[in-house]
Amino acid sequence: MFYKSFIIALLFPLLSVASTIKVCKTCHQTTISSAIDLAQKGDTILIYKGTYKTHGLIIKKPLTIIGVDNPIIDGENKETIFTFKTDNFSVQNLTIINVGVSYTSDYSAILVYRSNHFLIINNTFKNVFFGLLIEKSHFGNIVNNIITSHAITESNSGNGIHLWHSSHMKIKGNKVSGLRDGIYFEFVKNSIISENISKNNVRYGLHFMFSNNNEYRNNTFENNGAGVAVMFSKHIKMYNNKFLYNWGTASYGLLLKEIYDAEIKNNTFQQNTIGLNIEGSTRINYTHNTFLRNGWAIKVRGACYQNIFKKNNFLYNAFDLSYNSNINSNLFENNFWSEYTGYDLDKNGIGDVPFRPVKLFSYIVNQTPETIVLLRSLFVDIINFSEKVSPVFTPDNLIDNTPLMKEIQ
Amino acid sequence: MFKILKYSFSDLIRSRWSYVYFVFYLLLGFVLLFLNNNVSKAIITLLNVIIVLTPLIGTIFGVMYYYNSREFTELLLAQPLQRKQIFMGQYLGVAISLSLSLVLGLGIPFVMYGIFQSAAIFDFGLLIVVGAFLNFIFVAISYNIALSNENKIKGFGYAILMWLLLAVIYDGVFLISLVVLNDYPLDKMALFATMFNPIDLSRILILLKLDISALLGYTGAVFKDFFGTNLGLVISLCMLTLWVLLPVWRINMKIKKKDF
Amino acid sequence: MIEIKNLHKSFNKLTVLDGLDLDFRSSGIFAILGPNGSGKTTLIKSILGMVVPEKGEILIDKVNILQQWTYRNDINYLPQIANFPSNLTVIELIKMVKNLRPKPASESELISTFELEPFLNKKLGNLSGGTKQKVNIVLTFMFDSNIIILDEPTTGLDPISLIRLKTIIQKEKDKGKTLLITTHIMSLVEEIADEIVFLLDGKIYFKGSIASLKEKTKENDLEHAIANLLQN
Repeated sequence: MFYKSFIIALLFPLLSVASTIKVCKTCHQTTISSAIDLAQKGDTILIYKGTYKTHGLIIKKPLTIIGVDNPIIDGENKETIFTFKTDNFSVQNLTIINVGVSYTSDYSAILVYRSNHFLIINNTFKNVFFGLLIEKSHFGNIVNNIITSHAITESNSGNGIHLWHSSHMKIKGNKVSGLRDGIYFEFVKNSIISENISKNNVRYGLHFMFSNNNEYRNNTFENNGAGVAVMFSKHIKMYNNKFLYNWGTASYGLLLKEIYDAEIKNNTFQQNTIGLNIEGSTRINYTHNTFLRNGWAIKVRGACYQNIFKKNNFLYNAFDLSYNSNINSNLFENNFWSEYTGYDLDKNGIGDVPFRPVKLFSYIVNQTPETIVLLRSLFVDIINFSEKVSPVFTPDNLIDNTPLMKEIQ
Repeated sequence: MFKILKYSFSDLIRSRWSYVYFVFYLLLGFVLLFLNNNVSKAIITLLNVIIVLTPLIGTIFGVMYYYNSREFTELLLAQPLQRKQIFMGQYLGVAISLSLSLVLGLGIPFVMYGIFQSAAIFDFGLLIVVGAFLNFIFVAISYNIALSNENKIKGFGYAILMWLLLAVIYDGVFLISLVVLNDYPLDKMALFATMFNPIDLSRILILLKLDISALLGYTGAVFKDFFGTNLGLVISLCMLTLWVLLPVWRINMKIKKKDF
Repeated sequence: MIEIKNLHKSFNKLTVLDGLDLDFRSSGIFAILGPNGSGKTTLIKSILGMVVPEKGEILIDKVNILQQWTYRNDINYLPQIANFPSNLTVIELIKMVKNLRPKPASESELISTFELEPFLNKKLGNLSGGTKQKVNIVLTFMFDSNIIILDEPTTGLDPISLIRLKTIIQKEKDKGKTLLITTHIMSLVEEIADEIVFLLDGKIYFKGSIASLKEKTKENDLEHAIANLLQN
């Protein structure tokens, strides 16, 4: 509703003169390009059922393009299909297929360039190189689109939703699978990314760099080659996202690199090789996250300062925490650790004995990765226990002094 | 053979120790599931119990049953029965009754908890299969030890030592050698060494289900093939079967020449 | 009936049977005697296939029985120490042994002879040594076999049971069976044995009737005769 009224409001001044152009086999206009040529500012083009083989369409005036009865636009594996270089346009209910792969140009189903106030909604993209390519554009909405492709290697595949130098975007409810990066941002600001599902992509489910002040809510990132990578960004918020089943050597639920002042809250990291991998990240609050059955719930690679881990659940991970240095300036408190075996005599819900989340074995595995085959063996339990009693290898002050007795719901 | 199996089995399932063992698993299952109310935690705790305790109990029961039934075995030997039938019958009697204690003891609480509606059914099924394998392996090994040692105390001693070796010492030496040889490519060696210890083998088999996310963190291609595909599962199961067959074969060789 | 040819057996370095030749051609009761460690039990167990000899052969009805097992269907054996699975009841054990042998058994008469009825449903682990021995005897004599081997049959028996045992042994002899008995009770030997086999150092030292032994040693008393054999 919001988007519709939004668009109507945008187009209102033009509404009095706007007309509707129909495209179909038996209409006056049988091709989309002739309809575009014919259309005036603010017109609506209705594309009826049928398959339209076309590409290289360039739109430089505000138009509303609506598919009726699921028309198919087939780009025949050639160049970019739609290029918008105009404000105030919208594209709805189209199925756009077959965008050609190129090693020199980023061909996409829809390219948006230097445009403001647009809406791309309820479209389906299949077998595309890039899905949506948004460059230097602002105040756009990308909603409820489905983008699929058959990417196999990183070098000959593109991204699902690719934004570059843009701001104030809303990306909501899209489903992206089978591409290189599901959602890709570079220099994107003040945008909200919510309720998207990005899975089975070759590289990252979500990938962004140099993108400050963005908010990520309620997204699901599942079984992507390397999970989610977030780099060189400030003031980001990540709430209620799910990072699931990212398996592999360099595979993370979430990789943070050079991130400052972020809020990471209420997220679920489940069955990833590494749930959260942080490197050079400072002043980040991690609260109410759940780390469930990951290989490593959190891997701290160094240069991470003043991070706060509070009220998180660490449940049945092979390793809760791995540290590669002996110094710690991060704070762990009030977390629930399923491995905690202490007691709570004063019944205040907080264990009376501190918890050490770094095990000796995780240190050994860092040094000699092959030793992972001895995970959960009795001997390993014994040496972990001895390290717990008298720490030698693990940072001395890396302790949760107030571990919770009950899981946080 | 089936007659002997039947008698050994009915003898054993009425023994107090079988009940103790059964009740132990039953209680463990109930405590883990109904007090903690958490299947994931239950499975991980059970993994630790099964890979340590099942071999120990299998070893002790195997040795104990052999020595305790020595005179009865003599009675059987005087009957028109093949030696092979007698010993295989007894071996299977012990191994099956122990496995039954395990399957029922853990199965009852898990079924009551509704494991069939849960996604953990495969993890649980694998635990039970591995536990049963360990019973068959360690009863066979302990029978070998008992057959080779007339002296009861010595036999017991060797059997416990064997358990200690496979359950703890092996992994210790294994871990230290991996750390010492850190500079060499070790993935093949690591997998290889795992194959030669049935306890490690069982552990890996369960880890394949439980901690696959951690196992796939290692870079080596050999690991990736082993853990990332069904290859690991198939090879591990084959090796476990071999670990049953070899000691059983040696029992049969040994009894051909043995005097009673 | 039973022929033993050049039988060798040693345990580690200890030679127990050293080229033993022996035959029991006729029926009757043969007492196998000898000091401790002379190879009596080893001999019996070789016949039963429980001990595997290094060399030599044992023929029963002209068939070599080494590494065979079906021939045991025609041998009844009373072991020296009766120790049974303690969780089984007496009747279960009897049923089980019957089940293991493909031939008819008549246990009821023996059970009443030894007054075992009250114990039938008791667990074997709860029985006294004497009662266990009675069960042992029932298990041995309930089958109709041509060869009967008794290893110290009198252990733990009360006098009445002993008399009953002797009667049973006599009956079996009258049926034309071959009985091999080892015992240390010389009076028993004197009372029932037709022939004596005296083993020493893994060889036959004497084989013949009691009368001929007495004659050879010029002793009137069997015990003395045996002692005499040992001293020479």
